[in-house]
Order: sequence, then C-alpha cells, then structure tokens
Amino acid sequence: MNLLTPFQYSFMNEALFVGAVVGAVCAVLSCYLVLKGWSLMGDAVSHAVLPGVVGAYLLGWPITVGAFASGLLCAVATGWIKSNTRIKEDTVMGIVFTGLFAFGLVLFTKVETEAHLNHILFGNILGIERGDMIETLVAAFVTLTLILFMRKDLLLFCFDSAHASAIGLNTNLLYYMLLALLAGTIVASLQAVGIILVVAMLVTPGCTARLLTDRFDRMLMVSVGSSVLASCLGVYVSFFINGSTGACIVLAQALLFALAFVFGPKHGLLAARKRLA
Amino acid sequence: MHDTAPPPSIDVDDVTVAYNNGHIALRDVSFKLDAGTICALVGINGSGKSTLFKSIMGFLRPAKGGVRIAGLTVEAARRRQLVAYVPQSEEVDWTFPVSVWDVAMMGRYGHMNFMRIPRAEDKRVAQECLERVGMSGFKERQIGELSGGQKKRVFLARALAQRGRIMLLDEPFTGVDVQTESAIIDLLRDLRDAGHIILVSTHNLGSVPEFCDQVVLVNRTVLAFGPTEQVFTEDNLASAFGGVLRQFQFEQSTIQDHDGRTVKLLTDDERPLVFGKDGHLEYTDRQGREQLVKKREKEARA
Ligand SMILES: Nc1ncnc2c1ncn2[C@@H]1O[C@H](COP(=O)(O)OP(=O)(O)O)[C@@H](O)[C@H]1O
Ligand SMILES: [Mg+2]
Repeated sequence: MNLLTPFQYSFMNEALFVGAVVGAVCAVLSCYLVLKGWSLMGDAVSHAVLPGVVGAYLLGWPITVGAFASGLLCAVATGWIKSNTRIKEDTVMGIVFTGLFAFGLVLFTKVETEAHLNHILFGNILGIERGDMIETLVAAFVTLTLILFMRKDLLLFCFDSAHASAIGLNTNLLYYMLLALLAGTIVASLQAVGIILVVAMLVTPGCTARLLTDRFDRMLMVSVGSSVLASCLGVYVSFFINGSTGACIVLAQALLFALAFVFGPKHGLLAARKRLA
Repeated sequence: MHDTAPPPSIDVDDVTVAYNNGHIALRDVSFKLDAGTICALVGINGSGKSTLFKSIMGFLRPAKGGVRIAGLTVEAARRRQLVAYVPQSEEVDWTFPVSVWDVAMMGRYGHMNFMRIPRAEDKRVAQECLERVGMSGFKERQIGELSGGQKKRVFLARALAQRGRIMLLDEPFTGVDVQTESAIIDLLRDLRDAGHIILVSTHNLGSVPEFCDQVVLVNRTVLAFGPTEQVFTEDNLASAFGGVLRQFQFEQSTIQDHDGRTVKLLTDDERPLVFGKDGHLEYTDRQGREQLVKKREKEARA
C-alpha cells in the first residue's frame, strides 16, 4: 500500500469529489455566518434536522426535503418565540434545537428504518450510495448558485441591514433566504460529516479566512480553498487510519484554523507579538 | 427622475413607540419638516433620538400615529430610496471585511440590477461622493483602519451616493475632530441649499446654533419644536437636559477686569453653547449673521 493506493478505489475518488463539493458550499456560506454572528444558529439548525430526516423515511420522501423542512422550522420557531417573550434569542435557540433533536432520537428508536443512526449522526461519505450522492450534489448546486446570485445583497444584509432596508431591499426576505440557504447547506453536508460535526464545516473555514484577509472577495476564496483542502485531506487520511471520515475532515479544518491563528501574516498570534515587541 | 419626484417632507404625526419589552421610548411625537432645512434632534442619551430615527425609517412600527415622507408611507419612500440613513458609529461592525470603496458602492445598490453589478455611472457617482467628503485617497482601506472622523465621512459618502433627498444622521459629530465637523457642516449646508432635508441628532449643543435652522428638542416626547433661536433658550434646554449641563458664568473675569465685551472660550472638541447676557444665542463669528446683528441692534435701541 503506497500513498497513491486510495486513488485506485472508485469509492475513494467519489468521496474526494463529494467532500470537495460539500466543503466548497459550506465554505461560502460560512463566510456569511461568521460575519453575521450566526454560528449558534448553524449548530441549532443542524441538530434540528434529525426529526425531519426520520420523518422523511417514514413518509417515503427524499431525506433532503424532510431535513430542510425541519431545519427551517427550528429557525422560524426560534424567531417567533423570541419576539413573543422576553427571553434572549440564543437561549430560545438552545431550547428549540435540543427539543427537536431529542424528538428526532425518540422517533428514530420507535420506528424501524433501514438507515443507520450512526450514518446520520456522523456521516458516511466513504459508503455513500448513488441516490444519496445525487441528492447531495443537487442540494449543493442549488445552494451555491443561489448564494452566488445573492452574494452582494446578503453581504449588505450582514453588514448593515438598516441601510439595506433604506435602499428598498426586502430585509425580511433576505433573513429567510439566509436561513433557507443555511438549511440547504446543512442538508448537503449531512452525508459527508453528519449532524453532529456539520457545524464545524459551517464555521471553521470562514473563521480561518477571516484571520487571513480583510476583503470579502478574498475571504470567500481563502475559505473555499481551506475547506476543500481540509475535506480532501480528511478523506485521504481516514483511508489510512481507518478512522471516522467526518471527524478527520473536521480535524483537518481545525488544524488549518490553528495554523492561520498562529502564523497569519496580519491577525496571527506571532504577527501580533512581533508588533508589540 | 428627481424633477418629477414630489418635494421632500417629513411629517411625524402623533407617534408613540414602544419596544417589545414594553418600554415606551417615545410618546405623542409630532413635527413637520419641509424642503431645504437642517433640523437638529437634540436630547440627552436615552431620550429617544435613535428611536425616532428608526420610526422615521420604518424599522420600528409606531404603536400609535404615523410617519409620512414626501406624502408617502415609509415603505413606499424606502422603495424610492428617498431617505438616506447614516447610523450611529456604535451600530457598525468596524472589523467587517469591506473597504471604503465597497461602502460607498453600497449607496448605489438600489440603482443597480439585481446582481448588483455596478455600471460606469455607479462608479462615477461613488467616486464623486468620496471626493466630496475628501476620502477618495483611502478607497482600498478596510473601514476599521480609519479615524473616527474618516469613518463618518465614508458613511456620509454612502448616503450621498444613494441620491436621496432626505438624510438622517445619527450622532454624526461624536468622536469627530473639529476640522471634520466643519467639513461635514459645510457639506450639509450645501445639501440644504439644494433643497434637501437634513435631520441630525446630537447631544452636543454648541454646534447646533451654528448650522441648524430648526430644532426638535426631545426627552421621550417633543419638548419644543421650531426655529433654533426660539427653541434654544436657557429654559427649554434646562428642561431637556435637567442637571446634566455644566454652566460657566462669565459675568466678570476671575483675575482681572476686562472690557465687558470680549469673552474667550477654549474647548478641546465639543463646541460650547454660549448665551449673551440677556439670554440670546452667541455664534462663533458674525459672518453670515449680519441680519441678526442688525435685528439685535434695533432691539437694543428700542
Ligand atoms: N431595542 C430596544 N429594546 C428596548 N429598549 C430600547 C431598545 N433600544 C432603545 N431602548 C430604550 O429606549 C430609550 C431610547 O433609546 P434611544 O432611542 O437609543 O436614545 P438616544 O438615541 O436618544 O440615546 C432608552 O431608554 C433605551 O434604553
Ligand atoms: Mg442614539
């Protein structure tokens, strides 16, 4: 077995491809989430998709649809409860998403499904089936296209929603748009890293890029670059160590973040030390 | 396009605003502004200045009463981009990865197609507006790497680029050096002369008589509204600011007798508000106020 062995297997090549695509979509959305301060929202929506996934199995729908619907439900319910109580948004979110996640777990143990809970929770990119792969790619493609079309409006919404609305943009629409895109991205990443770890894909690349540049366009590119690299690295390494692929991808993300954090040319730890010295 | 647009006006009619937590920030607020005026919104911190701005922009829905802009609802006015809004500095994330040029360009988004691809015209206007505020040399700077005054000017450029005829500025002089303050004031005067309505909130009293035609004095409701000389009286200000104001009396010099006329006052950045002996407003210079001087002379002779 040498370093090129993984590429002799078609499942590895497919996994590398799916990993790269999912990494790219997550990376793009991640820039917006980090700037908007929606990391917890990412975590919440990703956990909240579980009952949707199980429900979709029950009804014979595509998992994508169920996941998307229950992810959005979580976000909308959070917003609604927040505006009708005096409790802060992050607290409400904590209640809603754990509630939905628990509901999903109960539902799962009560119904016989052919799906493995482990695959949903931790992803199964090496064993991805053709149908799941197509669903993943479609979700990724739709999400990515929409983000790229709306990227300037979404950026303005994150930066200064008051101005966005002063010049006649529909900020309510943009809010729900960003939520829908978040749910779509999560749906696309489920197969790769699973519910538990997807938040890492949604937050880390944007943070890494944030440390390395002060321009949004460059941030997008750095984020996509680091995320795709991490996905491929994770898939590749997991082949040799026989470890959980999703976890390997997330570890690679964390490693890249650590590198940017320490060695970043302007906002890195060492650069800051040097400026002080 | 602007020729056919109705003349700008702001009509705030009996507006009461309550926040979600039940706090009533403004009660029964009414005033009306017509084209070609600079109006100051004066009140202590927490008196509801920003809240009033947000209701004029339609970000907060009044519990009672309503706002009309150029005869339109606020939603219709927003769709026509009639009102430009310059937020308080604290409301902006200065670490955001956008450059000065990006921000100026945001003023043009409403004029672009849905992909927001700038045309030559948009670039020209953005460039011109940055030049007008003296920031065209900083186009590539990230916005956090600017001084307080430069930050304000960039957002002013964005508001100019929007080409609205009404401009709301929330605390534009906080954290701004005297030079920038004068530059901004000159710019606002030009806009007023071109028929715009400028509404400026401030808790810095000294600069108000210098450039504002009208004043709305607020403390959770309108205490007084009208021309600056009428509203800016010691009594009105005392009721708006309570014990917050510090007073310096110059009845006589503490160390020597002076000629009884000249008083020199130095301050670091905030302009002082100076009243004459009989309670009239003093300005920094007479230039441009010849009429007032004549009027006072007449009053003195009478
Ligand atoms: N989002 C909010 N929720 C609840 N109360 C608020 C909110 N924003 C402002 N307030 C309250 O409304 C009052 C007016 O605030 P504001 O309009 O910001 O005053 P100013 O701009 O004059 O300093 C204050 O007492 C403030 O605490
Ligand atoms: Mg304020």
